[in-house]
This record gives sequence, C-alpha cells and structure tokens, in this order.
Amino acid sequence: MNRISEAVADLHKLDMEAGKRGWLQGIHPLAKLLVTVLFILLTVSVGKYDLPGLLKMGIYLVVVFVLGDISVKLLFKRMKLVLAVVCLVGIANPFFDREIVFMLGNVKITGGMVSAATLLLKGVYGVSASYLLMVTTRMEDLCYALQKLHVPGTFVTVLMLTYRYIIVLLKEMERMTDAYTLRAPGQKGLHYKVWGTMVGQLLLRSMDRAQTVYDSMRLRGYCGEFYLRCKKTAEKGDYLYGIVWSLVLLAVRIL
Amino acid sequence: MNVLEIENLSFRYGNPRERAQNEVLKSVNLYVKEEESVGLIGANGVGKSTLLKLLTGLLEMQSGRIRIAGLEMKKEHLAKIRAEIGYVFQDSDSQLFMSTVYEDVAFAPRNYGKSEEEVNRLAMQALGQVCMEGQKDRQIYRLSGGEKKLAAVATVLAMEAKLMLLDEPSVALDPKNRRNLIRVLNGLPGAKMIASHDLDFVYDTCQRVVVLYKGEIAADGDAEEILTDRDLLEAHGLELPLSFSRKYFS
Repeated sequence: MNRISEAVADLHKLDMEAGKRGWLQGIHPLAKLLVTVLFILLTVSVGKYDLPGLLKMGIYLVVVFVLGDISVKLLFKRMKLVLAVVCLVGIANPFFDREIVFMLGNVKITGGMVSAATLLLKGVYGVSASYLLMVTTRMEDLCYALQKLHVPGTFVTVLMLTYRYIIVLLKEMERMTDAYTLRAPGQKGLHYKVWGTMVGQLLLRSMDRAQTVYDSMRLRGYCGEFYLRCKKTAEKGDYLYGIVWSLVLLAVRIL
Repeated sequence: MNVLEIENLSFRYGNPRERAQNEVLKSVNLYVKEEESVGLIGANGVGKSTLLKLLTGLLEMQSGRIRIAGLEMKKEHLAKIRAEIGYVFQDSDSQLFMSTVYEDVAFAPRNYGKSEEEVNRLAMQALGQVCMEGQKDRQIYRLSGGEKKLAAVATVLAMEAKLMLLDEPSVALDPKNRRNLIRVLNGLPGAKMIASHDLDFVYDTCQRVVVLYKGEIAADGDAEEILTDRDLLEAHGLELPLSFSRKYFS
C-alpha cells in the first residue's frame, strides 16, 4: 500500500472508529466538544514555567484514553507530522532564557528549558485532545455540535465539505499514482519530469469529481446549508459527563 | 398523464461561435407517462447524458420546451422540479458523499425540510425498497460496487420523486448485483428513464425504448420490437442484445 492509499485508509478508519458503539462514542457530541474546548483553553492558560500544573492537566487525557480504550500508539503514528511541528515550537527557548530555575542533581535547569517543555506539552495536549474528539465523534456530529453552538453556517459547511473533498482529492491522487506506478516499475515515487503534469491532472480531475459531488448534492435539494441531526438526544449521562469534567478540569487548574 | 414532456429540444456545447458544429441534441420530442419505464439507448456521444443533465437543470436549456410533473423548466421552477426528479449518477462514488448509508439517504428529505420522524420514515422506506435496511449504519466506503449502486438508488427513492433518471445503472456490476438491481428497479413505483448501453438490462427493465442517434430520436416504441430489430440497431451504431442474438438468430 502506498502512502496515499494509507492516508485514505487512515481517514476511513478514523470515520469508522468515530462511528463505533463505545461509551465515549455514545456521549453527545456537544458535551465532548465543550469539554475539549475547555481543556484546551485551560491548558493554554497555564503559565510558561508551571510544568507541574500542566502535568496535572494530563489527567483528562489519561482517563479518557484508558476508559475509551483508545490506542496512544496510533495517536503518535497518525499525528507524527503535527507533533513534529509542535516539538519545533519552543526549541529556541533554552538559548534565550538561560536563568537557572532549579537544579536536578548536578544538571542546571534553566527557565528556557522549562518553558520549552511546557510549550511542547501544551502542543501535545492540544493535539491529543483534538485527536480524542475526532476519533470518538463523526464529522457530521461534530458539525452538528458546532451548529448548536451557533458557529456561522458557512464555517460549518466549509469544514464539512473540506473533510469530504480531502477524501475525493486523495482518491484521485491514489488512482493516478497507481496508474503511474504500474507503468513505471522500479521507480521510487514520481519522476520529477511528470510532477507538473500530475499536479495539473490532479487539479482538473479532482475539480471534475468535486463538481459531480456538488451536482449530486444540488439535485437532492442542497442550497448551501447542511441540515445535520444528531442520532442521539442529550441525556442525563451527557450532562453529567460535561459537568463532571468541567468541574474536575477547573479544580485541577485552580488548585 | 405525462410526467415528462419534451418539445423541440436542441442543445449545443461551446461558445456561440463554435456552437454550430457542436449541436448535441436536435429538435428532440419525447414524453414519459406515469409509471412508465423508458430506456434511452444510443452509441457513445449521441447525447444521452446531455439529455439527462438538461432534464435535471444541470445544463441550461437553450431552445425548446421541457415540462416535468406539470412544471415548465424555468429557473424559478428549478427547485420544485428537482424535488420531482431523482437522478442516479453513473458513478456511485460521486453520488454518495456522507459517511454512512443512512446519512446519505436522509440527506434529501432533510434538505426538503421534513421533520426528523418523516426523514426517518422516508429513509427506512427507501432502504427497504432496495433491501438495505440492515446496512443503514455501514460506512459508504465499505460497501461493494453493487451495494453502492443500490444505496445510490435509495438516496433518490427517499425523495419520493415522480421521475427517476438513471445514467448507465448497470456499469461495473457483476451478474448477481445486476440481476438484483433489475429486480429492485422493476419493483419500484413511478416513472423511470434509463440511459444505458446495456441493451439486455434495458430489455429487462423497460417497456418502451427510445433510440437516440446523432442528437435526434431515431426510433421510439415497444422495447421488444426495437431491441429485436437488428437492422435498426446496426444502422444507429448499436448491436442486438446478447440474449436476443442467441434466442432469435442463432
């Protein structure tokens, strides 16, 4: 399987995992979205030298990963690129902030090192929380939750369509690279001479496919807005999930 | 009563200067009665898909007249006309874009402002008509080619359209799925227009056949009469259906 096929398969897997019948998948999307947003906001608000405070916030991720039976290994596999970028964010801090904050045995720990670590951790927490939301909530449900929060319809539609069109684009790319590979045995990747043609063809073909998808939507009454419904109505358990996690996160952050 | 009436419909592609050479449809006259299944046959490039796109308003009419379910094809009627037409695309992958079968089937009723109870009733009824009730929660990408085609049919059935247009419905189906689709289509209520090269499929699903040739209607009549007329078919770039070749001429 080539990288594009893997990416398409990964997206489908993500969709499938989100549609599973686990307890976490069963929680109302609005509750999950609000808890995730609160978690990210509280994490970001932690001071740049407050490493212990930030570590405490990790309780949310640990509990949800364990109770939801979600693979951490897969998180790192799927998010490796984003995590790599996150790691680069605070890399320069140790060079600018050299004030010693404490000693760890004989090692001098500077403010720059601590702030770099907190930045890294904040990034990892943010990515992990978003991943948890994605892997337990279908895109339709997520967009439904955004609609409920009165996020502008255009934004929700763009999000929904972008997600769908990424799959269209990747599938076209998969077909083209498969056709190329089968007629160019022994080559690693695409030869640079065909890059231009491939990109041009990909653009034209994905535009064509996207137009057909859009036509299909128009013919079924689509007028620029998705009318999304959530399978599940909010129940006591959903309120409890939202309230308990909000209280726990606030307590961990304040205390 | 006629669900579809076409009078003197002509269509050309390209800009006005090039249009003279690119006339795809020339003064087409056609009607489809309620509950009638009409097969639209013709060689590649004779204008079958163009005609279907004109009927759905995906292509803008240039001359002639189209009436669907009593509504004149005009911009102001387009939304109402589209609610009366179900169009099944040749490529099911382009038609199905939501994540699960149910979500896709429920897409049209929701857009037409039905209550969630009604949406559920229509979606389950449509899935029942194509025998896919048990697969409503399946991910679209996990469906086989035949299942995708049936799901695509269900998406338009949920609209309770008066006229169903199908573009090459039997393409890429294995014999079993093809037979299943024939059974499903024959059991569906409402008028149908099936554009196809698969003449055996057309014979199994349509009572009437229209032959399109170079943008004009070359023949219009009883399916068996037309599909057994070797001279007529060969004169218009077609061949006898395989089943007839064996039955009548071996």
